Amino acid sequence: MIRSRRQGQAKRMVKLATIPLILLLCTVSIAQQIGNPTAQQGVLPPRGTFVIRNARIITVSGADIENGSVLIRDGKIEAVGATVNAPAGAHLIEGRGLSVYPGLIDLGTSMGLVEVPQGANGTVDTSEVGDLNPNAKAYVAINPHSAHIAVTRVDGVTNTLSSPTGGLISGQAAFINLLGTSPKEMAVVPYAALVINYPRIGGGGGGFGGFQQQPANLSETLTANERQLEQIRKMLRDAEAYGRARDAYKADPKLPRSDMNIVLESLVPYVRGERPVIFRADREAEIRGALKFADEMKLKPIILGGDDAWKVASLLKEKNVPVILTGVFSLPNREDDFYDQLYEGPSKLQQAGVRFAISTGDPGAEVRNLPLYAGMASAFGLSKSDALKSVTLYPAQILNVADRLGSIEPGKTANLVVTDGDVLEVRTHIRYLFIDGRPVPLTSRHTELNDAFKERK
Amino acid sequence: MKRFISRLLLVSIASALPVCNARAQGTPAQPSETLIKNATVLTITRGTLSNTDVLIRNGKIAGVGKNLNASSGARVIDGTGKYVMPGIIDCHSHSMLDTINEGTLAVTSMVRTQDVLNPTDVDLYRELAGGVTTLNLLHGSANPIGGLNTVVKIKYGRPASEFLFPGAMPGIKFALGENVKRSSTPNQPGVQRRYPNTRMGVEETIRDAFTRARDYKTTWDEYRAKAAQGEKNLIPPRRDLQLEPLVEILEGKRYVHAHCYRADEILMLISLADEFGFKIKTFQHVLEGYKVAKEVAAHGAGASMFADSWAYKIEAYDAIPYTAAIMTRAGVVVSMNSDSDERARRLNIEAAKAMHYGELTEEQALKLVTLNPAIQLGIQNRVGSIEVGKDADLAIWNGHPFSVYSRVDTTFIDGEVFFDRQTDIARRADLAKERATLEQAEPNKPPAAGQSPQRPRGRRPSHRDDDIWEGEQP
Repeated sequence: MIRSRRQGQAKRMVKLATIPLILLLCTVSIAQQIGNPTAQQGVLPPRGTFVIRNARIITVSGADIENGSVLIRDGKIEAVGATVNAPAGAHLIEGRGLSVYPGLIDLGTSMGLVEVPQGANGTVDTSEVGDLNPNAKAYVAINPHSAHIAVTRVDGVTNTLSSPTGGLISGQAAFINLLGTSPKEMAVVPYAALVINYPRIGGGGGGFGGFQQQPANLSETLTANERQLEQIRKMLRDAEAYGRARDAYKADPKLPRSDMNIVLESLVPYVRGERPVIFRADREAEIRGALKFADEMKLKPIILGGDDAWKVASLLKEKNVPVILTGVFSLPNREDDFYDQLYEGPSKLQQAGVRFAISTGDPGAEVRNLPLYAGMASAFGLSKSDALKSVTLYPAQILNVADRLGSIEPGKTANLVVTDGDVLEVRTHIRYLFIDGRPVPLTSRHTELNDAFKERK
Repeated sequence: MKRFISRLLLVSIASALPVCNARAQGTPAQPSETLIKNATVLTITRGTLSNTDVLIRNGKIAGVGKNLNASSGARVIDGTGKYVMPGIIDCHSHSMLDTINEGTLAVTSMVRTQDVLNPTDVDLYRELAGGVTTLNLLHGSANPIGGLNTVVKIKYGRPASEFLFPGAMPGIKFALGENVKRSSTPNQPGVQRRYPNTRMGVEETIRDAFTRARDYKTTWDEYRAKAAQGEKNLIPPRRDLQLEPLVEILEGKRYVHAHCYRADEILMLISLADEFGFKIKTFQHVLEGYKVAKEVAAHGAGASMFADSWAYKIEAYDAIPYTAAIMTRAGVVVSMNSDSDERARRLNIEAAKAMHYGELTEEQALKLVTLNPAIQLGIQNRVGSIEVGKDADLAIWNGHPFSVYSRVDTTFIDGEVFFDRQTDIARRADLAKERATLEQAEPNKPPAAGQSPQRPRGRRPSHRDDDIWEGEQP
């Protein structure tokens, strides 16, 4: 293990040294730039002016353009249409036979917070000690050099919401571009949502643990559950009061000054409904509980997990609460569930008019399978166009970043995937990838190991 | 883990409901003849045939061609726009095993998965709905030499004895690396760790077992030779149930399916097997197999793997999804397996990944879940392709099985329907009624305050064979 890592490092240094040379040599064709086999990047590929032409453009927000162009300049999509004038000096990418899609978005990950979950605790930063950690911020702990990041993006996923997972209040999630040498470079929204594991009847929070906490008696179980909820409620109320006291002091310095409390401080935007609160909840009782609790506390809720969300569809619609579905590839929860119950989840929510996105729910390593989840949902009822939206525009809307991401429109961030076919199909290959307007090499730990060994005779 | 807990915590009504949605589907008498008309047939061995009929008679494939005729009384299925594919064969499964690991000893070749088959495991039905018809049920990976395997056809709704695949080669599970040295088992005060604790000890354990097996075989050979010469008053050697399967391996009568991750341990086992003169039939998981593809090919071993599950533990950190392509090109017979009740339902897509990662042809990729696993289990003369005379184990898909937008309509085993989507959907209203009735039944009412709820029967979670240490982890 150690040996191979050192070798990798030495190799990387050599490659880093070659980057400026490659950039110098590269004027019009960006093929060499994109072919640069460096999965870890100390120097980001520069933004520039690019025109992808003669391609099929799947804008997602509007009609497909069968033969059109996209102009990318300084990180943004500047123009898109059947005809786009290429500015002088633009890099031209011939797109004949290719399709351009917006980058895919997965809102259910812990990308960058864990490298090897079993047997390497030192690489696990998902779960803090204790039940209430609103100030545990994914933003400060995301490892930009995690091998998972390049592995994920070369399959077309350009953005993830990266969430902590522990306790009852897990912490704050960061919404990131899967490119960058620091969390700051990666962050689209550094503090995107508060994550709460809605207390589970009969066990700890959300999806995790709870065996030891499970009392044998139903009424005790319900009491324990209520006690956990009360812990969360109390902390949120404290944050409300704290926010009011701080505001009052700001308006009138003659009032008593409350000391800074960084934990409560971090909660203020969430208890005021300025930022969303994600509730991990899969079962009907928990989803209903989370909706009621969010009402009571005047929060802006999002449901994460949502296996049983279809049973709560009318309420979710009435409250306009979106769901991030992570269970498409999970086995049905109960023995008497229909075999396709979770395959059909997205389609049922769509029919009921509930806002939703599809997610892998994977910490990181297998987030690259996101298109397959959307495809499976489509095999079981969701239209192809909604399947695509459920991993592009819908998650962008749910996280309130649709002004920047989720479709191909002028003014949006240039997170684009150029493919030789339907982006959700497993047989399709990615040909070019742009994140934040930068042409990203299609290399990863996996392509590097493949290259290193495929010719061994 | 999440699912496991949820299952334990089900309200009591769930346990009273029928455990299977469609147990009855395979049971009614079915016509002895079925004709699938005008479909696209993925034969595997003879290419892809469009507008082609498949005739099934008495459980066998009786015809593949244009304009075939069936006798009256045959079931006729319009296959227009549909795809017919051989039933998928999963070369690494733990479905329907009520227990997986006998982990108390380092060598447990005396135990058999065949003794713990649960034919009512509902995940079997879910696998049928993914076009899967045959499973290689393996012991877990708790020990260097594990228990004996069982190859089954998923005859869901039938007794376990009817699942057994007649004529499949007997096999055994071996395992190397982190699991057998029990890396995830914490040290406990007062509890001695089980030997082996290192990859050195793993090699020594297997070497010791085969050394004993070789002597045991010699003892029996000598006894039989003397008996054959008519020597009187011979005392037969004492039978050793642990060593008998190992003798079968030495005699080429039992296949070794060896769980492994790292390149070094793969080379170790090849070298040890060569020394004792036996063959490894498949390396399972074989995550770093791409680093030693030529050695695996030279030994003549197959490789059975998944495209995912990299980086979930240290020995999986160098796994890449290109392994199937690299090893196929090196001449290794490769299959994609599930090792998971969940993944087993979509092995078609796992096979297609070898086209995405590594550019295998469609024909090569299709073989990864059909003919190749059949070869690895010694059942290639019965299943794995659509040819006249082979068992009628196949599935009708509503689109190309390599498309993410496709799903299975109907799954046949020995010519009988064991899954049919329309039938499944048609039964749902009745099942809902049955459920409502059961919920009203006295034993299923919620407990009064202060009373303990009835505990539903706990179910084993879907997992990889190395995720569980029975008795040690919940």
